[in-house]
Amino acid sequence: MKISFPYMGTSHIVVSYLFEKLGFEVIYPPTPSKRTLSLGVQYAPEFACLPFKIVLGTYLEVVEKGAEILITSGGCGPCRAGYYGELHKRILHDLGYPVEMIVIEPPLVEPLDFLRKLHKIVKPKGIFNLLHYGRIALEKLKALDVVESTLHELRPLALDKQQINQAYIEGLELIRQADSVKEVIEAKKAALEMLESVPADHTFKPLRIGLIGEIYVVLEPAANHDIERLLGERGAYVHRSIFLANWTRDNVLAHGEKDIRAMAIPYLNQMVGGHGQNSVGEVVRYAEEGFDGVIQLAPFTCIPEIVAKSIMPAVSRDKNIPVMTLFLDEQTGQAGIETRIEAFLDLLWQKRKKQEAS
Amino acid sequence: MQAYLGVDVGSVSTNLVVIDDDGNVLVDLYLRTQGQPIQAVQEGMKQVEEAIKGKKIEICGVGTTGSARTLSGVIVGADTVKNEITAHAVAASHLVPDVQTVLEIGGQDSKIIILRDGIVVDFAMNTVCAAGTGSFLDHQAARLNIPIEDFGGLALQSEASVRIAGRCSVFAESDMIHKQQMGHPTPDIIAGLCDALVRNYLNNVGKGKEILAPVVFQGGVAANVGIRAAFEKALGLKIIVPDYFKVMGAIGAALLAKATVKEKGETNFRGFVVSDLEYQASSFECQGCPNLCEIVNISVDDKVLARWGGRCGKWDTLSKTG
Repeated sequence: MKISFPYMGTSHIVVSYLFEKLGFEVIYPPTPSKRTLSLGVQYAPEFACLPFKIVLGTYLEVVEKGAEILITSGGCGPCRAGYYGELHKRILHDLGYPVEMIVIEPPLVEPLDFLRKLHKIVKPKGIFNLLHYGRIALEKLKALDVVESTLHELRPLALDKQQINQAYIEGLELIRQADSVKEVIEAKKAALEMLESVPADHTFKPLRIGLIGEIYVVLEPAANHDIERLLGERGAYVHRSIFLANWTRDNVLAHGEKDIRAMAIPYLNQMVGGHGQNSVGEVVRYAEEGFDGVIQLAPFTCIPEIVAKSIMPAVSRDKNIPVMTLFLDEQTGQAGIETRIEAFLDLLWQKRKKQEAS
Repeated sequence: MQAYLGVDVGSVSTNLVVIDDDGNVLVDLYLRTQGQPIQAVQEGMKQVEEAIKGKKIEICGVGTTGSARTLSGVIVGADTVKNEITAHAVAASHLVPDVQTVLEIGGQDSKIIILRDGIVVDFAMNTVCAAGTGSFLDHQAARLNIPIEDFGGLALQSEASVRIAGRCSVFAESDMIHKQQMGHPTPDIIAGLCDALVRNYLNNVGKGKEILAPVVFQGGVAANVGIRAAFEKALGLKIIVPDYFKVMGAIGAALLAKATVKEKGETNFRGFVVSDLEYQASSFECQGCPNLCEIVNISVDDKVLARWGGRCGKWDTLSKTG
């Protein structure tokens, strides 16, 4: 069976590896491009959010190439994304692509449902195969996260930004090729060495910025104008609230993230769907960890992030941390984002200078 | 006399100012960009050269801002290329030193800047929608066949403003047409539009911001007395409109250039010759990867001066294709 899945950040490296080892033919989802977006916009409901449209566009690109099964994770709680798998499926069926859609919900939340789906996925080669390769896949996820966070630390210090961006791409390729836990660990080490060998100014103290918001636009550079690179190249260290491994642990496998939600409680004491409550809690955490500022990324019309945004002024004032919200939609012009980022960085540098002076 | 040039190329207007060492404005120009930023900058440079001719003014530094700041920075040889939020804040606190709130409404964008003790502590800018900016007012004035200069004045004649839906400019226009067809007088409709625009601004861009006096209102739309009155009514605060409200971005850019040149001791200014050069802009879609970046080349006499638009940086090095 030909299987495919949504493209999100670097996760495709792990997901494609796992399914190949499970005995599927994997149709690689392409990096979201203008064509992906156009396809998604054409067939999605007009008021759906950007992640819905990009993922739909990706699905259309992979079914053209023959994908028969699409696998995705469910949304968390009362956010439209929780229904997206179903809606995507119906749109694809209406367009004449009889795909099977498998939406994985966290097993601790829906254990029976999970086992049924798991059975379907592991059938070709059996459960021991899954355990063996699942472990390697998890190791790859962790390696990707470590390498990526090292990139975020070193990019603002690197003298030649292009060189470090290139080193990172080469490092990803090493991790992609690794085929055992040992090889993954070696690939990770080699990737880190490549990043560390790029000449850097280690005396520079970059601004520290937390990146929060809805998962897809936070993790997928094609949806957020590659904001981590824009910030890193302008001398800011970016800490992303969501990484693949912790997200997989907390959302695909279990229902975690309770600590971060507890931090949100003084401001927002209930789930509002999606990552709304997390976003509020994460600002509190970044403030307590001494970050200079926070950028919230939200798909245009995303209710959970709109709720979070309207609470931000209170958190920002109490915790003395600037927060900037960027709503993302179809626009591919980058000038607007650059203007806001540059102004935000100016603001943060001034704030730091003032703090240092007093 | 030592002087500094500021260039602000926005979607609707291209503004140039020359300031002296104390920050006094010597020349201020407000031109229409008309979708031709290069020509607008060249025309502006020509006019600045005319204006300072024989006055012993030496341009010691130049700064650019506005949405075409990178492009105009290449053309004039800018010492600083700064985003318009910082530029507007710098200009406002130069002219009104204790300013705490800046309201800025331009052609395609609107922003609010919150300052405390002279530094920017918060700002917001309209994101995916341009409802309530200058071009919308321009469009409505044209539709009603009223010169934009008289538009705000008419609003002040109204005694009972009509409620207009201000969230989206397309829906606002439908609502206005409905009210016209019902027979409401034009001044009442324009007053209603001013109220709607201000309401939308405060609820969208200004949402959750602590708006404290002194409040400075700048940008092209500050010329509109109807909008000024609507802001004063909505905020219950006096609104200060600086003399040079239309060119504040350019003043900010000039002030920033002054600071930069004082620090580095020299300027990159290419001189007024730039108004006579032939600049060519061309673009192509890079096929190197699925990003399909739109790369822009700016050249003079077939020599590429600058290039941008790529994500990966492979086009940033000019030598590769000369």
